[in-house]
Amino acid sequence: MATLIETLPHQRKADHHRPWPRLIVGAEGWRLATGYLATGHLTLLGLWGDGPIVHMAVLDQRDVAVLSYECKKGTFPSVSTAHPPAGRMERAVRDLNGLNAVGAPDTRPWLDLGFWETGRPLGKGCAATKPAPYKFLPAEGEGLHQVAVGPVHASIIEPGHFRLTCNGEHVVRLEQRFGWTHKGVESLMAGSSLNKAAQLAGRVSGDSTVAYAWAFAQAVEAARQMQVPPRAIYLRALMAELERLANHFGDIGAVCNDASFAIMHAHCGILRERTLRAAHACFSHRLMMDRIVPGGVSNDLAPEGLAQIRALLEDAKLKFPRLVELYDNTASLQDRTVTSGIVRAELARQYGAGGYVGRASGRGFDARRAFAYAPYDTLIFEVPVLNAGDVDARVWIRIREVEQSMALIEQIMARLPNGAIRTPLAGNGQVREGVGFAEAFRGDVMVWLRLAGDGRVERCHLRDASWFQWPLLEAAIEDNIVADFPLCNKSFNCSYSGHDL
Amino acid sequence: MLLVLLLSPLLAGFVRKVKARLQRRIGPPLLQPYRDLARLLRKEVVLAQNASWLFRVIPYIIFAGTWVAAALIPTFRSGLLFSWSADLIAIIALLGSARFFLALAGLDVGTSFGGIGSSREVMIASLAEPAMLMIVFTLALVAGSTQLSTMAGYMLSSAVGLRVSLGLAVIALIMVAIAENARIPVDNPATHLELTMVHEAMVLEYSGRHLALIELSAWLKLLLYVSLIACLFAPWGLAGPEADSKMLAIGGVAYLAKLAVGGVLLAVFETVIAKMRVFRVPQFLGAALMLGLLATLLLFVSRSL
Repeated sequence: MATLIETLPHQRKADHHRPWPRLIVGAEGWRLATGYLATGHLTLLGLWGDGPIVHMAVLDQRDVAVLSYECKKGTFPSVSTAHPPAGRMERAVRDLNGLNAVGAPDTRPWLDLGFWETGRPLGKGCAATKPAPYKFLPAEGEGLHQVAVGPVHASIIEPGHFRLTCNGEHVVRLEQRFGWTHKGVESLMAGSSLNKAAQLAGRVSGDSTVAYAWAFAQAVEAARQMQVPPRAIYLRALMAELERLANHFGDIGAVCNDASFAIMHAHCGILRERTLRAAHACFSHRLMMDRIVPGGVSNDLAPEGLAQIRALLEDAKLKFPRLVELYDNTASLQDRTVTSGIVRAELARQYGAGGYVGRASGRGFDARRAFAYAPYDTLIFEVPVLNAGDVDARVWIRIREVEQSMALIEQIMARLPNGAIRTPLAGNGQVREGVGFAEAFRGDVMVWLRLAGDGRVERCHLRDASWFQWPLLEAAIEDNIVADFPLCNKSFNCSYSGHDL
Repeated sequence: MLLVLLLSPLLAGFVRKVKARLQRRIGPPLLQPYRDLARLLRKEVVLAQNASWLFRVIPYIIFAGTWVAAALIPTFRSGLLFSWSADLIAIIALLGSARFFLALAGLDVGTSFGGIGSSREVMIASLAEPAMLMIVFTLALVAGSTQLSTMAGYMLSSAVGLRVSLGLAVIALIMVAIAENARIPVDNPATHLELTMVHEAMVLEYSGRHLALIELSAWLKLLLYVSLIACLFAPWGLAGPEADSKMLAIGGVAYLAKLAVGGVLLAVFETVIAKMRVFRVPQFLGAALMLGLLATLLLFVSRSL
């Protein structure tokens, strides 16, 4: 049976785009794809600009395609008119590339807050413009008042602005505004060497540095059609699971801490710290930054590291179930987490939310399972899915994933093959394109890139799972009370840095 | 009077330390609150542009009100210098006016957090104060006086025995004390989340010596409530008005022990419970009010209950 993607009318397929095809479509194909997105037959994976071209990555069950539309006069038909999840991406494309979505319902700037030295940094470039005052969406009614939170917060979290419109304690509307951590990663990527680009990819979002580096490496390896040594593949998975473990431990504690249940925070913090120390013992970096490089991994596992991981797993197996029990049996804590911040399953599906946000609302998407990249095609693990969609469900998904990750680490350690850890990069002197996915602890990270003949990166786009999770927070908080917002926000724990790029 | 002033930061530091130890943290040193005060007093005051004179005066009013109230509670001896001048109802009135001014200060600068904090604080107070008055009525009916020294003396005497109404009153008083002192589960004194704050949200705009006074008032209030509970329901060791130095020493040691026990109990309670939703607070305090009411009614039904 032909997949839906193949039936899309397209002018031609791009040469050398791997592992999935890139279709160059006209207005008709673009509109048809938009329609499929709106009806839920396709899921949006990303939308980004590339010179005069706008690319859109879509998912059909397990097949991915990149659709490319060449903008004449710098405009393309808006996707967000029919499919709202594309809205913020279209606004970002306009800020970065200067390509306008025709008919888009929302034309306010998104990432460009008016502080940049040059406007449209990825497009033709122009003098920075002082934007008109940002108009927040109106909410009208008697007794409504606004509470502005951020971008500077009381703690050391990242900057983001939240505009809450409330009626007393009830939240009527939440509107987010981001862009304060924009670092121009994609501009820096363009024209940089592969080594530098790999380092940049690892710095998009520090807590998911392994996942970003892995996704980037997969994209390069797909573009260059390289084989990675088996030992390197297993080492990558080991790093990714350690990273997931550390972040989930941290998150479970932090959610409880936001309900002022500090003892969980303290104990989970100990487990997280032990995980990071084990990572340091294995790969001589606590966050394992720059350890995954295109072609393999840069450091082999330190021989004494495995013993540390075994000790960690034994310790966690003893302590973690008791913490879970404590979480489950504390009525005052359950009272806060159960039924607060519900994300409806239709919304999670429409937005294609990945990670625990999607999986807590019935969307069982996991890049490790859907794309089955090595070594996850041979490892045994489950993807936990719940349907409640509340804060409690998101905590439980994390708890289940911690258990799965611990089991995965044991499998990886048992199967770890010997051999080389890196293959030299093969430059074939031609332009190549590739897509790579990796499952970070938040959800799927996508990297698309085009390599020039001399081995440099021509254009690279990195898309964090948070792009599709942040809008759901706006929906989840409605009808909750103001004081529950920090709790809901922590249970999402979306990335600011990965989103702002 | 000086004693409560000197002791209150120590109690706050002690509670913090015990909490930290319960969470397997080392925690700040016991004397940290004193250092915080010294640091704040050295710092300059940053005022919002639209702050009125009220905003600057209020810290002193709050501090004075709370200090006087705290000084009226018998700590280790009854028959205080000023006990003729004010009774338990006056103490509640002093605390109530301090809170009223604090809520005003939260509204004065016009930030949204201050407004949220003040609105929550007043909501909590509107339930906590009647509950507190009910408790006072119960005690006054039992002891036949609203004078704290007299009450404590009566409690020490053998005439009291085990009474249901007093049991209800002590539970209600503890609930009110938790709410009034902004402790978990009503408020979290250690939070950094602006949107969940009650007490902290009102004082967000304060700095320097103003903040030092407000912090000190909050610690005084904690000491006040612990002393009050100790004085009314555990008055053992309390030295009489004409006690000799030995009795006074026993009283002092007993008082410190009571404070320590109170601090440990508070820390344990705060560790095992999560914060409740804002709209659950009225139910919590409503229960306190009902207990107080029940205690008073029981006394009307039968003098011996």
